[in-house]
Amino acid sequence: MKKELIKGNIAIAEAAIAAGCQCFFGYPITPQNEIPEYMSLKMPQLGRTFVQSESEVSAINMVYGAAGSGARVMTSSSGPGMSLKQEGISFLAGAELPCVIVNVMRGGPGLGGIQPAQADYYQSVKGGGHGDYHLVVYAPSTVQEAVELTQKAFHTADKYRIPVVVLADGVLGQMMEPATITVPKEEPLPEKTWATTSIGNSSRKPNIANSLYLDPYKLEKHIQHLAKKFDVITENEIMVEYNDIENAEIVVVAYGTTARIVRSAMNTLKKEGINIGLVRPITLSPFPTDEINQACKNANSVLVVEMSLGQMIDDVKIAINGEKPVNFYGRQGGVIPKASDVVDEIKKLRGVI
Amino acid sequence: MKQVFKKTTMLTDKPFTYCPGCTHGIIHRLVAEVLEELGIGQDTIGVAPVGCAVMCYEFFNCDMHVSAHGRAPAIATGIKRVYPDKIVFTYQGDGDLASIGTAETIHVAARGENLTTIFINNAIYGMTGGQMAPTTLMEQKTTTSPTGRSESLGGNPIKMSEILATIDGVCYVERTSVHNPQHIIATKKAIKKAFQNQIDNKGYSIVEVLSNCPTNWGMSPQQSLVWMEENMIPVYPLGVKKEVK
Amino acid sequence: MEGKFIFAGFGGQGVLTAGQIVALAGMIEDKSVTWMPSYGPEMRGGAANCSVVVSTSLVGSPIVDVPDTVVVMNKPSLDIFENSVAKNGFLIYNESLISTKPTRTDITILPIPCNQIAKDLGNVKVANIVSLGAFLATTDTVTMDSLIAGLKDKFGESKKHLFDVNIEALNKGYEFAKSLI
Repeated sequence: MKKELIKGNIAIAEAAIAAGCQCFFGYPITPQNEIPEYMSLKMPQLGRTFVQSESEVSAINMVYGAAGSGARVMTSSSGPGMSLKQEGISFLAGAELPCVIVNVMRGGPGLGGIQPAQADYYQSVKGGGHGDYHLVVYAPSTVQEAVELTQKAFHTADKYRIPVVVLADGVLGQMMEPATITVPKEEPLPEKTWATTSIGNSSRKPNIANSLYLDPYKLEKHIQHLAKKFDVITENEIMVEYNDIENAEIVVVAYGTTARIVRSAMNTLKKEGINIGLVRPITLSPFPTDEINQACKNANSVLVVEMSLGQMIDDVKIAINGEKPVNFYGRQGGVIPKASDVVDEIKKLRGVI
Repeated sequence: MKQVFKKTTMLTDKPFTYCPGCTHGIIHRLVAEVLEELGIGQDTIGVAPVGCAVMCYEFFNCDMHVSAHGRAPAIATGIKRVYPDKIVFTYQGDGDLASIGTAETIHVAARGENLTTIFINNAIYGMTGGQMAPTTLMEQKTTTSPTGRSESLGGNPIKMSEILATIDGVCYVERTSVHNPQHIIATKKAIKKAFQNQIDNKGYSIVEVLSNCPTNWGMSPQQSLVWMEENMIPVYPLGVKKEVK
Repeated sequence: MEGKFIFAGFGGQGVLTAGQIVALAGMIEDKSVTWMPSYGPEMRGGAANCSVVVSTSLVGSPIVDVPDTVVVMNKPSLDIFENSVAKNGFLIYNESLISTKPTRTDITILPIPCNQIAKDLGNVKVANIVSLGAFLATTDTVTMDSLIAGLKDKFGESKKHLFDVNIEALNKGYEFAKSLI
């Protein structure tokens, strides 16, 4: 496949199509509109399904119907739209239905703004919907990685019967970068024997896509089953990237677009002889807790940089477990931190300024 | 001995959990018999609502989805888009279809999805304990309209069949009742037509079935059937509201 | 080597396209590139701009805060971006539409009559490509050949008939800027 200069949102849509996404249900909201727009043209051409739903609530429930029927299915949204989807996401998690949900994050709370932010970390990683459940959350940092993680998201969803979030932001959605859209090579997946295909000529019992357990003991058992499954995911699926951590006096933890900004700051600091490391969680859920602890072993302190008031920092603090200071730098509301701001912050931490 | 009657194969052996005198059981049986008689049971996927009938996923002998409140039409859309050749139906109550899921109801109709909806209107929220429904009658007492439904506090009853009949993409709308055997037979006929339309690829069909709730109405089953005829039918007139031939 | 650029103007002046052609040129040279537009309601008729980074190593932030070269096609963009240009950097402004002169003294300022040159070429729509030619005079990060290849890639076969006038616009802009440096 040819490398092309492609917008993040379009790349995510193309990646999904290449991964065999059969249905897309969505609703317009900035800054992810290129995804439904692209899908509305391409999916019907391929004989696949695109529906612009009447609401985000409906979109996620159409996802439920298609996922329960065994199809590869995706929806995408941002900010207020993601909040509306949380009801359905909880039901999908409860019913163990695999699907891919793309969130191109913008500033909040409320209507907030349309500029890039990372303020939906809690919502994606800690729940968002009601009840005891976890999602898998991938956080791409480049357009190429958005392609790869979108495709991986479909695989992980099918492998474990779990909704998977691709957590991007307005920068990644809107920027263009060279990327190659490949057709993923996937390991064999379990057959979807649970899907509501209609019974047909088989002798099986009815399949039910369901999250209702009125008996508390049965519900408890179900929740513990979900938790055990997530333990297996934690064991096998954590992804994390390390940059220059060996001799770093300060290790920065950042994900997505912010990690790119930190890399720019690191380049400037390196020229001045200051060694800074970067740990970039690629899976935000499950979170690379042990990996971060290990990566920061030799550092004096840790700096978390986010486009929020500081949400991931909670998980980093759990990872560091009080062993050393964990500091924070962030901008909010759609203001993108400058590399030079991160440089200044690190110098401040070193006591140079 | 010659067998003259047997239970439809489209109901499981699980006993109904509905209150004594509730007509959900009758309507379940009608739907199940229609699925069997049309020979489509094996190809059917149903969607259960939130409300008393959420348990119907244990009663219908076919693949089922259990939906979030009001979302059954969206879920059914998802299923039908994956399996356009299968029979997909939703079974929804009044709170589900006419209140929390109004948007889903209107838009599944506007898209003309080739689906069948069985809409149970008993003018009250049964499962949650007798609160006011969008279809609760004026002056009707419920646990959230304790002095009777008034326009200023509770608004007016909503007539979904009449509304849906105005929407392009809807193929068939009929309101029926199950307060006596004659109307039960008519209801079955309507349900059969609504499924036949789907087999014939005609678009969205809905049958609104006036139903009872003796428990939350505070009546005996018999009283409730009389109440339906005397109070509900005048507000919700029976008949075909739309039919595209 | 890394070049950071901003192209700014109002919607319809082709500044996003100009930036994309630079990114395509960098990609053709197998460099790491990013193109990041401003987005939102202000794009319609108001200010439009894009950040472009071309680098021989992996691009970090796609947001350009201190550009090496800024191209501004209208007055509001000049007001916004003049101060951001890196010390010893370049500011190209569309002299056809901007009568106010920039005031910075620590940068090279290149007034280019983009619309006039485009008009003289018979197609005022290529004013953005004139500015792109001028841009090339300020940087070594991409070559003229790759810019032309990028331009052809962007416009595609359906606009093949416009290749010549655009290439001419590139050359005119380049020559005009070179004569000022």
